[in-house]
Amino acid sequence: MALAIFADLLGILSKGRTIIAVSGTNGKTTTTAMVAQGWDVGTVTNDTGANMPAGHVAALASSGTHVALEVDEAWLEEVVARTSPAVIVALNLSRDQLDRAGEVRQLAERWRRVLGGAAGVVVANANDPLIVYAAETASRVVWVDVATAWRADAQSCPHCTRALVFEDDSWHCACGFKKPEALAARLNDDAFVGEVRYDLVLGIPGEFNRSNALMALVALGAIGVDLQEAARRIVAITTVAGRYAQRSWRGRHLRLLLAKNPAGFEAMLSVLGPEEHDVLIAINARVADGRDPSWLYDVGFERLRGRRVWCLGERRLDLATRLWYAGVDAEVVDDDAAVLESNATSLVANYTAFSDWIARTSPC
Amino acid sequence: MLKVALLYPDLLGTYGDAGNALVLVERARRRGYEAEAIAVTMNDELPDASLYLLGGGEDGPQRLASDLLAATSLAARLRDGAHVFAVCAGLQILGEHFSVEGNDRYAGLGAFDLSTTRGATRAVGDLVITAGAHTLVGFENHGGVTTLGVGLAPLGTVKRGRGNDGVHDGFRTERAWGTYAHGPVLALNPWLADEVLVSVTGDEMAPLASVADRLYAERLASLSPRGA
Repeated sequence: MALAIFADLLGILSKGRTIIAVSGTNGKTTTTAMVAQGWDVGTVTNDTGANMPAGHVAALASSGTHVALEVDEAWLEEVVARTSPAVIVALNLSRDQLDRAGEVRQLAERWRRVLGGAAGVVVANANDPLIVYAAETASRVVWVDVATAWRADAQSCPHCTRALVFEDDSWHCACGFKKPEALAARLNDDAFVGEVRYDLVLGIPGEFNRSNALMALVALGAIGVDLQEAARRIVAITTVAGRYAQRSWRGRHLRLLLAKNPAGFEAMLSVLGPEEHDVLIAINARVADGRDPSWLYDVGFERLRGRRVWCLGERRLDLATRLWYAGVDAEVVDDDAAVLESNATSLVANYTAFSDWIARTSPC
Repeated sequence: MLKVALLYPDLLGTYGDAGNALVLVERARRRGYEAEAIAVTMNDELPDASLYLLGGGEDGPQRLASDLLAATSLAARLRDGAHVFAVCAGLQILGEHFSVEGNDRYAGLGAFDLSTTRGATRAVGDLVITAGAHTLVGFENHGGVTTLGVGLAPLGTVKRGRGNDGVHDGFRTERAWGTYAHGPVLALNPWLADEVLVSVTGDEMAPLASVADRLYAERLASLSPRGA
């Protein structure tokens, strides 16, 4: 009942507006923020993280013709059907909350139906085989050549199940399914859209965020926004919904990093500086996190050997056990005051644990 | 050398299943054994190993893994005395047949007398079973209903969740274990990891205290009827 009302409202509220929808397993909040920031100051957006129709309706209640919507992967079908976005940004698909969201290949199959019937421009990551599978039948697709480090969910071909072959900067299958050749934008040391170079030295860390920035630029380019100006606005971003920002807790300064799934964790652990010997990691397994923390064994925590991890959150024992098997020094923090004994300056947390730490810290 | 072969992590590794190989190898090494995990991907030959591990996977990859394994010597090696520990889709593959969509029927390896049909609902949630003197805690996420042949014993009795059929979970022979508790079930249940190591090495295992014991106690307490 309530859902049907939100769906109708979505259709009504999106009329006469230009909408860019952003979805994918990781990076959608940041990329949506980049689209909004790069577009213009009045862009309407759901920057509270409420990325299902109720959140979209709340955002669309604000006036403004430019709309950047972050869309939960499972809701893309509904949102595209109701709002007819001018641009759909398809970032990546990997394992996340399998108990709630189901398996990632079924999601790719659903996306293929949605994107195949979409009237707008689809901006798609050419290095994620599941995204290419989902977007290849779209009538207007723009491929972007951005790095994708996580491939564990795309080892077998989504068309024929044979093994995909990954080479330096390409991939293919014996059946003919392969990385698209017509690439509209690429990212190596520099970012290019067509042959035009853009300066993407970001105010937030991580190579993956440069990929997100390029996806946002290409999306804005598809509707005719001045990209040099958009790039200048995007690189000025220093925090997204509390992420990456310095926060204060009991006199300590902590940088809060959100990582919700294996691909996100791999990305976020790469952001830790070599001098950060102590690291705080907080893990919960509530409904919004996925109730099964098995995925901790899909994260290469071995790369933290030599550091000391302070384990927080309701599933800190699951984390500490994972680290014990990885040969990483781990402290189980049963009383948060013990955090003050650490020298940590970064806290990596999954979804609800991150929200808890945003609530208990304040901006510096 | 204790060799643990992890079969097709590229197909059967949806739920952190590689963790089981890590746990076995680390628990052996920290007791002074030489041990290694061998990841066998779908283009590799089946290596010699003391123990083969099969994990969980999505429907398409499960069918592919079953076809690939049927062309290897795995079933013959299991008949000849190799050990196997199989989880979820891996358990189904070891049986006579399984279904992944609707009423289809897909041939398994036939290494054990069990078969799987599609249940009316998916089983997603905590799984608790009693196995002999022990309690196993884990998490399941599958659509199968598995029936064991009369001569095949289950791993245990379901206390919470579905397992094979709401009554029993998995199967157990002298050298084989199967369960619907997916992912790194051996990380959650150190007693079961050590039971496997005892069987594979033929040695008693010295105690090995770690935070894994605290995790097991905590999960057990939070999933027991009084704690729930």
